[in-house]
Amino acid sequence: MSTAPRDWTAHPPYLYAGYKSTTLRGPTKPLIPLKQSLSEMTGPVFGQDCLGPLDHDLTRNGRKNGEPLGERIVVTGRVLDEAGRPVRNTLVEVWQANAAGRYVHKVDQHDAPLDPNFFGGGRCVTDEEGNYRFHSIKPGAYPWGNHHNAWRPNHIHFSLFGPTIATRLVTQMYFPGDPLLPLDPIFLGTPEGARERLISNFAIDVTEPGFALGYVFDIVLRGPAATPMEA
Amino acid sequence: MALKQTPSQTVGPYFAYGLTPTQYGYDLPSIAGPELATEETDGQPIRIVGQVFDGQGQPIGDAMIEIWQADAQGRYAHPADSRNPNATFRGFGRCGTGTDPRNRFVFETVKPGPTGDGSAPHTTVIVFMRGMLTHAYTRLYFSDEAEANAADPVLASVPEDRRDTLIAKREDTAAGVVYRFDIHMQGDRETVFFEV
Repeated sequence: MSTAPRDWTAHPPYLYAGYKSTTLRGPTKPLIPLKQSLSEMTGPVFGQDCLGPLDHDLTRNGRKNGEPLGERIVVTGRVLDEAGRPVRNTLVEVWQANAAGRYVHKVDQHDAPLDPNFFGGGRCVTDEEGNYRFHSIKPGAYPWGNHHNAWRPNHIHFSLFGPTIATRLVTQMYFPGDPLLPLDPIFLGTPEGARERLISNFAIDVTEPGFALGYVFDIVLRGPAATPMEA
Repeated sequence: MALKQTPSQTVGPYFAYGLTPTQYGYDLPSIAGPELATEETDGQPIRIVGQVFDGQGQPIGDAMIEIWQADAQGRYAHPADSRNPNATFRGFGRCGTGTDPRNRFVFETVKPGPTGDGSAPHTTVIVFMRGMLTHAYTRLYFSDEAEANAADPVLASVPEDRRDTLIAKREDTAAGVVYRFDIHMQGDRETVFFEV
């Protein structure tokens, strides 16, 4: 089945002057339309067999000699298509900074401490209703070089496949009420009206008593293309 | 449509320990890496090598490239392809450009067969990097498939003077068959990217 087009009222453009790195890296010529063939109506399939036992629990999968520092959170939500149908058995990969705003990545030079008990990468597969669920530590904000006194808001990176290569999505989840959001060129590069979809909701009913604050982040992937009959 | 798409955001500079951990030496097994094929995989073993260049012609060291391809018989490992694909060949690879001294991506795979719909053998290529808020799709075709390429409807839809950006150049080396596929994000030789 072919996939509905990318909605460019939702996705950021390739060139966005506020985010300086786009200037030399974003394609400048218009995209060429491609009629979807079997190559685009298929995509890699990853199931439970690719998961390790602690891949979904970032509070435990990096422990060396104790517990990671920071505020424990549970992040959950549904992966849906544009028609509102659950995207089942699809891989969700996440990575994030630690509570101090430092990434495990070797090139991160931010002068904030690494946490020996926090790795920051994980993954899970959605269930039959499209639900995913991670435990983690709330990531800290960190400075970056885009402009004077630039700071990234707290965020978790997400990578999803969905049913085909055309539904591929890499995005970031933000936290409600973050004062850095209105100053962040990566968030602001997203079309107005679509940005709010990147912000998770705090949910007391998801919060685990005595353990972790709950955030809900639903993700909508490209849906099935409308057939001429439906159009 | 009832719901609106979740916007894309950049993969950023620090994806490696989450998405390509094994390649970069982190303590988490990767779900996919640069090696798609083993010695047991049916088909012609090939290596796909390239660099990603920015608008000043500098090779980019923090890009991530994904490839998706059919097996040597042109079958995809996906339920939408009912033709019993090669069970040992998943057809998906992922490689960051930060571990090679020249910032190359290097995939070990087999040459995909024609899928039987009139298209020339090809591989889907997806480009992610810091400085791209949304990923970009392109296609890799093979320079030794001139006849099939000439009949390919997607190549035909591309302006003639830009088609060359989609053709990986075959080199026969002591180590085997290598296809060179450089990706130019901008400039005179800007790679063709598709609205998939």
